[in-house]
Amino acid sequence: MAASSQQSSERAAAQLQGECLRCSGHWTVRHLQPIEKQLSQLQWPGGPLRIDLSAVQRLDTGGAWVLHRLTESLQSSGRAVTLQGLSEKARGLLQLVRETGLQPGPLPQPRPPGMIEELGRGSVDSLQAGVGMVSFIGEMGAAWLGQVMHPRRIRWRALADALVEAGHRALGIVGLLSFLLGIVIAYQGGVQLQQYGASLFVADLVGLSMVRELAPMITAIIVAGRTGSAYTAQIGTMQVTEEIDALRSLGIAPMDMLVLPKLLALIVALPLLTVFADIMGVLGGMLMSSVQLEIAFSTFVERLGVAISVDSFLVGIGKAPVFAAIIASIGCYQGFQVSGSAESVGRRTTVSVVQSILAVIVVDAAFSIAFSRLGI
Amino acid sequence: MSMPKPDSQQVMLSARALEMRFGDKLIHQHLDLDVQRGEILAIVGGSGSGKTTLLREMALLQQPTAGSLEILGQQVDALNAAQLMRVRRHIGVLFQNGALFGGQNVLANVGVPLREHTGLSDALIDEIASLKLALVGLSARDGQLFPNQLSGGMRKRAALARAIALDPEILFLDEPTSGLDPLSAGAFDELVLHLQRALDSTIVLVTHDIDTLWRVADRVVLLGEGRLIAQGSMAELARSNEPAVVRFFQGPRGRAAQVSA
Repeated sequence: MAASSQQSSERAAAQLQGECLRCSGHWTVRHLQPIEKQLSQLQWPGGPLRIDLSAVQRLDTGGAWVLHRLTESLQSSGRAVTLQGLSEKARGLLQLVRETGLQPGPLPQPRPPGMIEELGRGSVDSLQAGVGMVSFIGEMGAAWLGQVMHPRRIRWRALADALVEAGHRALGIVGLLSFLLGIVIAYQGGVQLQQYGASLFVADLVGLSMVRELAPMITAIIVAGRTGSAYTAQIGTMQVTEEIDALRSLGIAPMDMLVLPKLLALIVALPLLTVFADIMGVLGGMLMSSVQLEIAFSTFVERLGVAISVDSFLVGIGKAPVFAAIIASIGCYQGFQVSGSAESVGRRTTVSVVQSILAVIVVDAAFSIAFSRLGI
Repeated sequence: MSMPKPDSQQVMLSARALEMRFGDKLIHQHLDLDVQRGEILAIVGGSGSGKTTLLREMALLQQPTAGSLEILGQQVDALNAAQLMRVRRHIGVLFQNGALFGGQNVLANVGVPLREHTGLSDALIDEIASLKLALVGLSARDGQLFPNQLSGGMRKRAALARAIALDPEILFLDEPTSGLDPLSAGAFDELVLHLQRALDSTIVLVTHDIDTLWRVADRVVLLGEGRLIAQGSMAELARSNEPAVVRFFQGPRGRAAQVSA
């Protein structure tokens, strides 16, 4: 009870009695909410008005502002307003608020851009992003050529670290997912093939789809989500904390130190991860075939040898370095695009993953068309 | 739980036998400190003496390893998480690098605590936020800028405006003048003094800046060797014969500040 009565006496209130507005309670920013509404609903008398503040227990800048705003608006409509019962402190606060010279009313808002302006800005931004990406790839290529000419400039240490991070640490998740994918394909395909009495061809199905298409793709997608995002976040955060500028000022090209080791590591790691995914996927298919279709491991492997040509295997592996280059360049480029805030790091990381996955799938489709034209 | 009647109390914050360790490393122990209503208390000490840690403990951002802390009449140990959050609303903190939210413009930054805790209309919140900006010497145009577009001095001012958005009972300032040129630092000192008088707030600040100590602080606390070495007004400390105090304040930079003060 005591608490609630204290609550009610703390609440800021204003009552209009004749031509006197009696204010009471805590006129502090935390308790002002009811006042804002009350004041906007009052019917002001025509004549002069007194505002009595003797019952106000506390006043802060927020309360002083509301009071100032009220007297200003009343005076501007031609009424004489007098304040009564101000404490010394309240007088000081009101003086402080008045001295800022701030006018009540809506702030000058920046003009919202029109449709054409937005379209124009959007186009220019996209164009600039495209040009930026192309020139980034160019810089990357130039730096890479420089290192190829002078192999002593290659940062082996950074390269090895990036290899461990992008390759070795990804084995678990890549292996698990491709194993499960192999199981799913063998299960779904096996049920259909069994109806035609062609159970054995499940080895063709699992083997070819994994090795040619699915293993490179699923590996690239996992790596884009896992490693590409990490590249963007790392470089982006370094950008925010001025570490990139620090590298530059120490005479170290960020491209050499940060980008190339990552690019090279991924170009090496992704094909290897893809081979691992091939093996795990086929293993998953083999396990499922033996459980569900009762195909012995030896029979499965024998059939696999007939089904998968060296060409198919190389087609799958050959796509991996291209995917790696795409993921690493988009990841690093987006990292360098970060500006200023933590929010920007998050936004760029999202963009990096989305663009990488999209680019990987589009390029994969292009590969499929090219290979079928070439008859591989 | 409602806040105590602050008018009836004089001690805003009192620490008893405060101890802080990070693993094996002792930062300070047996530390007793009172902060009086309306004073400006400065905490000084060499680098690594635990000034900022002490400030963070008092601002309820870090829990001391041992000892008790009473703030605004509340025993901190006895408070649950929700009550702690409520006490924090009565505390303003100016972080060393401003810690403004990079995704919002300055006006929105100052409006964050107002939007969260008052339930006022957006129009009034924007007005009160602009008022705070005006109080720290920033214009309405500055309010539309984003934190990464601000100079160091403006960033400190904007962060101060956010810290005083709810008219806190206690204001903690971590290195308010660090990274500012002497002119801006002097202007910031004047701003702190002006606001303290106008808003009648209690301020605890950590600083390296001897000029700030002479100009702003009512009372100075010197930390070192894991304890509170000395406290008193700047004039008293400058006269002290205690070796640790003499070492700290009587270096060439300390003397220069004294002469100019």
